[in-house]
Amino acid sequence: MTARMENIIGILLAVAVTAATLAFGGKALLDVLMRLAIFGLLALSLNILVGYTGLVSFGHAMFFGLGSYTFGLLMQSGAVSIPVAALLTLVAALVWGGVVGMFCIRLDDIYFSFLTLAFQMLLYSIIVGFVSLTGGDQGLMGGIPRPPFLGLDLTDPRQLFVVTMAVFVTCVLIIRQIVQSPFGFALRMIRDNAERARFLGLPVQRYKLIAFVLSGLFGSISGILMSLYVSGAYPNFAFWSTSGDVIFMIILGGITVFLGPLIGAAVFLLLNDNITRMTEHHGIVMGVVLLAVVLGLRKGFLDLLDDWWRARAGAVR
Amino acid sequence: MTVRLSIVGLMKRFGGVVASDNVTLDFAPGSLTAVIGPNGAGKTTFFNLITGKLKPDAGQILLDGVDIAGRSQSEIVRRGIGRAFQVASIFPRFTVEEALTAAVLTHRQQTSSMLRRFPLPLALARAREIMALAGLERVASTPSRFLSHGDQKLLDIALALALEPKVLLLDEPTAGMGPEERWQMIERVQTLWREVGMTLVFIEHDMDIVFKIAQTIRVLRYGKVLAEGTPDEIRSNADVIEAYLGTSLEASA
Repeated sequence: MTARMENIIGILLAVAVTAATLAFGGKALLDVLMRLAIFGLLALSLNILVGYTGLVSFGHAMFFGLGSYTFGLLMQSGAVSIPVAALLTLVAALVWGGVVGMFCIRLDDIYFSFLTLAFQMLLYSIIVGFVSLTGGDQGLMGGIPRPPFLGLDLTDPRQLFVVTMAVFVTCVLIIRQIVQSPFGFALRMIRDNAERARFLGLPVQRYKLIAFVLSGLFGSISGILMSLYVSGAYPNFAFWSTSGDVIFMIILGGITVFLGPLIGAAVFLLLNDNITRMTEHHGIVMGVVLLAVVLGLRKGFLDLLDDWWRARAGAVR
Repeated sequence: MTVRLSIVGLMKRFGGVVASDNVTLDFAPGSLTAVIGPNGAGKTTFFNLITGKLKPDAGQILLDGVDIAGRSQSEIVRRGIGRAFQVASIFPRFTVEEALTAAVLTHRQQTSSMLRRFPLPLALARAREIMALAGLERVASTPSRFLSHGDQKLLDIALALALEPKVLLLDEPTAGMGPEERWQMIERVQTLWREVGMTLVFIEHDMDIVFKIAQTIRVLRYGKVLAEGTPDEIRSNADVIEAYLGTSLEASA
């Protein structure tokens, strides 16, 4: 299948789902799909690092938190419109990702993971500690104003839903393009054998940094969508448990197939919502599911399907 | 005599051990040279020094007259010294074709593009040429991790070829292979050397192979050059015979 065909099918599918939901779905379905888009994007953005570059970040939620807080604060200031605030948020994520990334990518393996976790907790403690600006552990209070722009009114849940879906699909297509480009294959070389890639003349550190920043940019877009969705921002967006959830999603769905993390996010949200409804000990149940997947399947759902699909031959993903 | 690679007074110490002791050697353009020596003679260290993995304590490494001693690995690669590893160093999840295309793209510095789709046609065409040279076409779409040991080593060499090296260093290309596979491998290497016309230097333990295909042989012992010459000269060299006493060169000749 050609790249263009893939894109067209993807867009058509998303448009169909969006239109069908608007036509037949209720408020509940709207909510479910928006959360799926938000966390699906978060998981896909992390997978640029985990699945394609071989860098396991334990701190990806820092971009989620950074995106939602920066955007929320900018909107509450009343000085800028939604697109301008979103753009400035991306700049903030670019700077944060660039600086933090420069430290993190110097380290390998588990030390990289630890340092990302440390930077995330740094951001978390700034959010919780800087009460006068962020509202501390109460989160950004008073809602996030959503003035109309370009004829769009995001206070209307249906319009917010369409915009969320549009942003989600656009980001997914861009990420897809990136990982299928020569750059994306250079990242895979780093994942498979960084030493050899270096010996072939690849500037490995620079590519790792770019991957880190890109992953962070898309993570912060997910954060923007989240702050619009909940009309607020809360410290737990930047907490380690959120990073853990995203890693859980990736493990569930699998890292070798492009859409694995999205499927993982869907399964995660489905499980989480239903189990929370049934028992207060939902952490135990989720833990058991994670163990079952890791020990039983030893790979994500889509990985499994994919293995079965191609049996043995097939290409690098 | 013109010289492609010239090593002058190369020194490297590890604590009290002198792994490279004033090594001075010349390699002519298009030559095929074997480096032999007992275990611990400093053969791999010699390669590591040339490729920049280790920094020499003293001495010069002249590639076409330019001293590259102490430069970074990536710069030395760019200047034209390629290398394959004792244990094949490959990209396990890439197919052979993808790995070579990616290597060609890297060499041509075309990996920064995010707007185009992998593989770029020109790089793919070049990758296929290299596959044909290395005899890897039959496994083009096999993921590297599923290749046989011998094919993984061939792929490692092919990856080095993607860099269009002037000098190619092979560290035990036949290590870990059975007798039959070993000869196939070395014949493949010999063919590559003939077709590409590069300067090839290989480390080898199998004396049958060394004496059969090498034009010249350099013998290292305790980090020093013990002898150099044609296979016939080496075979009758008293020092070499002494160094190899017990593994009888005569028997394997």
